[in-house]
Amino acid sequence: MIELRQVAKAYGARPVVDGLSLAVAPGERLVLMGASGSGKSTTLRMINRLVEPDAGAILFEGRDVRSYRAEDLRRRMGYAIQSTGLFPHWTVARNVATVPRLLRWPRARIDDRVDELLQLLGLDPPLFRDRYPHQLSGGQLQRVGVARALAADPAVLLMDEPFGALDPLTRHGLQRELLRIHHASGKTIVLVTHDVDEALFLATRVVLLDAGRVLQDGTPAQLLGAPASAAVRAFVGGTELGLRLLGLRTVGERLRPGAAASGAPLAADLSLRAALGVFLERATDRLPVVDARGQALGTLHLEDLFERDGR
Amino acid sequence: MTPAAPPAVAREAGAQGAAPAVNAVLFALLAAALAAALVLPFLTVAPNRIVSGTGIGLGALPGPAPLLLLVPGAVLLLAALQGRSRALKLSAFVAAAFALAGLVSIAAEGAREQSATLPSAGRVSFGAGFWVLALLAWLAAVDALQGLRWGPLRRTLALGGLLLPVVALLALGRLDHLALLKEYANRRDVFEAACARHVEIVLATLLPALLCGVPLGVRAVRQPRFGDALFALLNVVQTIPSVALFGLLLAPLAWLGGVLPGWEIRGIGLLPAVIALTLYSLLPVVQGTVSGLRQVPGAVVEAAGAMGLTRGQRFWQVEAPLALPVLLSALRVTVVQLIGLAVVAALIGAGGLGAIVFQGLLGSTLDLVLLGVLPVVALAMAADAGLGMLAAALARPDA
Repeated sequence: MIELRQVAKAYGARPVVDGLSLAVAPGERLVLMGASGSGKSTTLRMINRLVEPDAGAILFEGRDVRSYRAEDLRRRMGYAIQSTGLFPHWTVARNVATVPRLLRWPRARIDDRVDELLQLLGLDPPLFRDRYPHQLSGGQLQRVGVARALAADPAVLLMDEPFGALDPLTRHGLQRELLRIHHASGKTIVLVTHDVDEALFLATRVVLLDAGRVLQDGTPAQLLGAPASAAVRAFVGGTELGLRLLGLRTVGERLRPGAAASGAPLAADLSLRAALGVFLERATDRLPVVDARGQALGTLHLEDLFERDGR
Repeated sequence: MTPAAPPAVAREAGAQGAAPAVNAVLFALLAAALAAALVLPFLTVAPNRIVSGTGIGLGALPGPAPLLLLVPGAVLLLAALQGRSRALKLSAFVAAAFALAGLVSIAAEGAREQSATLPSAGRVSFGAGFWVLALLAWLAAVDALQGLRWGPLRRTLALGGLLLPVVALLALGRLDHLALLKEYANRRDVFEAACARHVEIVLATLLPALLCGVPLGVRAVRQPRFGDALFALLNVVQTIPSVALFGLLLAPLAWLGGVLPGWEIRGIGLLPAVIALTLYSLLPVVQGTVSGLRQVPGAVVEAAGAMGLTRGQRFWQVEAPLALPVLLSALRVTVVQLIGLAVVAALIGAGGLGAIVFQGLLGSTLDLVLLGVLPVVALAMAADAGLGMLAAALARPDA
C-alpha cells in the first residue's frame, strides 16, 4: 500500500529522517512510535507530501507519490492531528464534508455520508450536524476530526497523535472506536504516537524510531518479548515491561475450565494486566470468568499469569 | 468586533451584590448639566456673522419651554438614584432623547424670537451652554444604553433614533433661524456639492487602498522580509504631516502633467489628494490584513492543505474568511480616519467639506466652520456604525 525507500530528510544540518525504509501492507495498523524529535511525525507528513523528502522515494499503490498532484494524493489519504485543525467558521457537517466537496460529490451523497460518519463516531447527526467546533468538547472535536479524515472513504488514514490532548478516559474510548472502525472498514492506518500503551493497544505492527532510524520493527509482542536492544527495552518497558506484556493477553487465553472461585466474575476479553489489578484489589488468587453474555467459562488462577514456555 | 459581554452569571452577581444602587456617572452628568444650564450662555446673538455676539442664558429665554427640560431631568435623576432598575434605564434613555430634542427645539424657538429683533444680517448661534447640554444628554443616553446591554444592531439603531427628532426639526424648517442654517441657506449648492465630493474623495481613496493594501498585506505575511521593508516604508509615510505630503506630491504630479498633456494630470485637485490619502490608508489596511491572517491558527491552515485544498482554496475558503473580521475592524478605523483627513485635502483644491471649513476659518465665521465640521462628524459616525454592524453580521457565527 505504502512503501518508503531509503527516505531521508534533514532540517539544516540535522538529519530528522535518516535512510528510512518501510513497507505498509493493506489493512495494517502501523504505529510509528518514538520520543520527540525521533522523526515519526516528519515520516508521516512525507507520506502525504506535507513534507518533501531530500532523498529516497515514497510509493503509494505502487506509484511514486511525486507523480501524483499533491492535492489529489491528499484527498485519497485521510489525515487527523492532535489539535484537530477543524475549520472554526464551518459547522460540523461542513467540516466533515471537506474532502467530498473537493471531489465534487453530489449534494445528497455528501449529506448521507456526513450523517453516516457522525453516527459511526457516536455523534447524533441531528444534534451535532449544525454545531460549530467551539461548541464541542475535546473528545467530540477529535471525533469530528476523525470523521472528516474518513469522509471520502480513503484507503489510508494518517493520524498524528490524534488522541494526545484528551483525558485518559476519553482517549481510551476513542482508541476503542478506532479499532472498531478498523475492524469494520479494514483501512490501512498509519498512526504516530509517543505513548507506549497507545501504540501497544492500537498497533498490529510497531515501528520504534530514534533519530530518524528504525530501532525495531515488529508486532507489539515482539517488541515487548524480544526487545532488539537496551534502548528498545528502555523505551517500551523499563520496569513496566512485564505488565505491558500482560496487557497484550486476555483472560480468555489463560483460563482453566471449572468453577473454582466465587465473587464478581471477570469478562473473558479483559486484559490480564487489568485482571492482575483485580487479584491485588480482592487479595485472592482465583477469579471466576464469564463470556460477553454472562455465561460462566471457567476460572483464572493468579499463577497462570506468569509467562511460561509454550503459552 | 464588538467587545464580548461579561458572562451572565457575573452580570447577575454584579447587579445584586457589588454594584451600587446609585448611578454615579448619570449623577455627575446631571450635576454638570445643571451647572451648564445656569452658568453658560445657551444662545449667542450677534448683529452680523463676523463679530462675536452676546450670550443669552437658558433662564433668560422667554416662555415656559426651558422649564419643560425639568421633566426629563427628573426622570434621569430618578434613574440615577435607582441605578439597578432596567425599566428606569429604558426611561432614562427616552428622557435623554426628549432632552436632546427639547434642547434643539428651544434653541430653534429662541433663535426665531431673537432674530425678529435683529437686522437681516444678524445671527443667532448655539452657545456653549447648548453644546455642553446636548453633549451631556447624548452621554446620558449612551450610559443608559450601556446599562441595557443590547446587541450591536439594536444599540446602533437606538443611537440613530436619538437623532431622529433633530433630523425631523431640520426637515420641517424649524431650525431655519439659527445661524448654522442661514449659512447653509446661503450656500446650499456649495454645501451639497461639498458633501458629495467628500464622499467621493473617501470612496476614491478606499478603492486603491484596499486593492493595493490587501495584496501587500498577504505578501507581507508570506514573505516576512518583504513585510519588514513594507512596514518600515509605510511607517515613514505615516509620520509625514498631511500638508507636507500634499506639497511633496505637487512637483512630481505637475511634471507628469507636463509630460502627459492628454491625461489632465495636475499637482492640485482630486488626484494628489487621493494619492496622499491612499498612502496614509495603506498602513492600517496592510496591518489589518497581516494581523487578520496571522491570527488564523496554523493547524487549521495546515489541515486545510492536508485535506487536499489547493493554495487558492486554502486562501479563499479558510484564511480569508477567518481573517475578515480583523480586516473589517481595521477598515473601520481607516474609514473614520480618512473622513477626517479628507478635510485637509481642500487645501490643495480637492474640494469636499474641508473647503467650507477653511472658508469659515479664514472669515472667522464659526457657524460656517460648524457647517463643514458637523457633516464630517455625522459621516464618520455613520461609517463607523455601518461598518460595525457589517462586522457584527459577518462575525463568525460562533462568536
